[in-house]
Amino acid sequence: MAIATPGAAPADAPAVLSAPARARRFGGSSRRTDRRRGGSAGRNVLQHLTPWFFLAAAVGLLLLFTYWPALNLFYFSVTDWDGIDLEKNFVGLDNYVQVFTDPRIFSVFGVSLYYFFASFAQMAIALYFATLLSFSTRFSNLFRGILFFPYLINGVAIGFVFLYLFQPGGTLDTVLSWFGVADPPQWLGNPDVVNWSLAGTSVWRYTGMNFVLFLGAIQSIPHELYEAADLDGASRWQQFWAIIFPGIRRVVGLSFILAIAGSLSVFEIPFIMTGGANGSATFVIQTLQTAFTFRQVGLASAMAVVLLAIVLVITWIQRKVFPDEKVDLT
Amino acid sequence: MAKKAFAGIALLATAAVAISGCAGGGASDADNTIDGEVKGDIKVVTWRTDLVEDGTFEKYAEEFNKEYPDVKVTFEGITDYAGEMLTRMSTTNYGDVIGIPAIKPDQYEQFLEPLGETTDFEDTYRFLPAASYDGTQYGIAWGGNANGVVYNKKIFEEAGVTELPTSHDEWLDALQKVKDNTDAIPMYTNYKDGWPLTQSFGNLGAITDDPDAPITMAEDPAPWTEGTDVYAIDGLLYDTVAAGLTEDDPLTTNWEQSKVDLGTGKIATMPLGSWAISQMQAAAEENGGSADDIGYMAFPANVDGTQLAVIGGDYNLAVSKHSKAKAAAWAWIQWVVEDSGYTEAQGMISPVLDKPLPENLQGFEEAGVELMEINPAPAGKEGLINNVADDSQVDLYGPIYRQKLVDIARGAADGDKESYFAELNERWGASVEKLAG
Repeated sequence: MAIATPGAAPADAPAVLSAPARARRFGGSSRRTDRRRGGSAGRNVLQHLTPWFFLAAAVGLLLLFTYWPALNLFYFSVTDWDGIDLEKNFVGLDNYVQVFTDPRIFSVFGVSLYYFFASFAQMAIALYFATLLSFSTRFSNLFRGILFFPYLINGVAIGFVFLYLFQPGGTLDTVLSWFGVADPPQWLGNPDVVNWSLAGTSVWRYTGMNFVLFLGAIQSIPHELYEAADLDGASRWQQFWAIIFPGIRRVVGLSFILAIAGSLSVFEIPFIMTGGANGSATFVIQTLQTAFTFRQVGLASAMAVVLLAIVLVITWIQRKVFPDEKVDLT
Repeated sequence: MAKKAFAGIALLATAAVAISGCAGGGASDADNTIDGEVKGDIKVVTWRTDLVEDGTFEKYAEEFNKEYPDVKVTFEGITDYAGEMLTRMSTTNYGDVIGIPAIKPDQYEQFLEPLGETTDFEDTYRFLPAASYDGTQYGIAWGGNANGVVYNKKIFEEAGVTELPTSHDEWLDALQKVKDNTDAIPMYTNYKDGWPLTQSFGNLGAITDDPDAPITMAEDPAPWTEGTDVYAIDGLLYDTVAAGLTEDDPLTTNWEQSKVDLGTGKIATMPLGSWAISQMQAAAEENGGSADDIGYMAFPANVDGTQLAVIGGDYNLAVSKHSKAKAAAWAWIQWVVEDSGYTEAQGMISPVLDKPLPENLQGFEEAGVELMEINPAPAGKEGLINNVADDSQVDLYGPIYRQKLVDIARGAADGDKESYFAELNERWGASVEKLAG
């Protein structure tokens, strides 16, 4: 585009643009159009607003479906609403007091520990396969597909599939019997085993997501580094610890934050498979029961707010304890 | 800049809160009453998705139109009726004819059109108390059930049980015989699905012949004490499970399969309402059994040798307060309750007093079981038992506390019958003191 405006630099001007030209190019205010057409002020405003229009849709949806319900949640949490009554009575902080004083409400966080520990296994498996498949492996795309596949299945379907798997005499027991396990435990009926079974299902489901995150991060590491390491005679194991792990540390950190928040708010798998019975109720299931079985939506809202606060605090602590260092591979 | 934007969002949010606070409320049209002209469009929201799909409702609508040609009836079936309907109640658009979901009696006036004084209905209909508040009737039951136990006659014969059990001990003996002499599971809890566990609670009142049992319980600070209805009901469940007379792994039960298993004799008994009989018979026929194998007995308890069975209404049909054709909706309810033939087809007790008992309860008459109805709660105490249950988080109408009971009985959770009943009494008692005092 030629820049030739009255009062501007000549055609063979240096690379630096003159002030009005710069204004036209970056600011959008054009003297020339101003002179030609009087009613362009409106168009100007429109032009200024254009980016905001693009934002408005996204921000509007965000406000409507995230912040607005969240505000409502705070409002319900200070009332004694039962979920249907047209009247909501203000009760102040009573619900919060109950959340923190009723031992039955907080005791279920013990169940989250199973999922928390299982998330370590989940990371390890995902990291192992991501590393393995980032090098050239036979059928690597097929294996990538297989590993990611569980994450694509609907959680409800997974619940039902594993329900059959864990049935007495079901798939798992049959497979184990091939290996001579004659007396398998009741995978869901035994209170000592049930949470491990459920956590195992959760691992099966979410490993694929971690795997894809790790794989993406590993592949963003420049290939020359491996070549250089190869030349220096580094083993695969050394390459992993010196290049891959530091290179994807941020993603691993992020995954851990997600894992902790996730294990505090486990829901679908235990809800579908056991309905929270046999000591497998998690905090979210309990919140749901409080709201819809006992019709104490006020108290349940307070529980939800407390869960939100706990997740935020834990994330914050995690960021403080493990600060986000810049990754530098060079 | 960031601060300004944030303030703007906050302002917007505050404004939205303020605006929504003013929303709601509906104008009422003087002509639009239940006594008005029968015309307009009505939408019937129902839990019987099966009858919507197989066209039974369409046939009802055709019949109905012969009498009231100016009404257009449409149907909507909801699978999770009990749950979804409660959520819908927060809008003003939840259908014209609905089955009253689990809202409390003192909330009826917020959502439902009053149908008249309860006393005016007493000569015509059964099962009125559940849909009545403060002397006003809000709904009519669409059918009624007796409460008791479905069992497989063939298995009982095979096991050598000749007399139906009429007490706690006879029940355990009979089931023990089933366990010893047959391959059937003596009693199936349907623990995983949850709601079947709650069905035996319908026997409240039958054990002690107390037609005011819900109020008695709501005012008793320790109802899980020997001699009460709920002690007998929950105690029976506990002892049956503790004696190993139920399925091995309760966490993997399956309601649909259990119907087939009872029909074909893999399961001997299930405590369910009499509505289940026709479903069990159908399952038996479809899977090589016979409908005649399915029997129904009263809860194993007796008062001086007489067994009692509580009969009560199913969902109550009601007119939405926000309906635009209230007269048509009310006409539909009256027609469907009295003339549709629904209760006969389903083997349920008709809410109309003149109509005879269904065939499947004839076994009751032979066994000399007396039917009883629960009395309406006195004014001001209509929702008391629900309020106490909610406040104490002992879900009488839900499965959670009974699943725990089963867990303790099968040794999967700490405690025993005494300790758990003591805990229930403590929780219940605290709420009774707070709400009923």
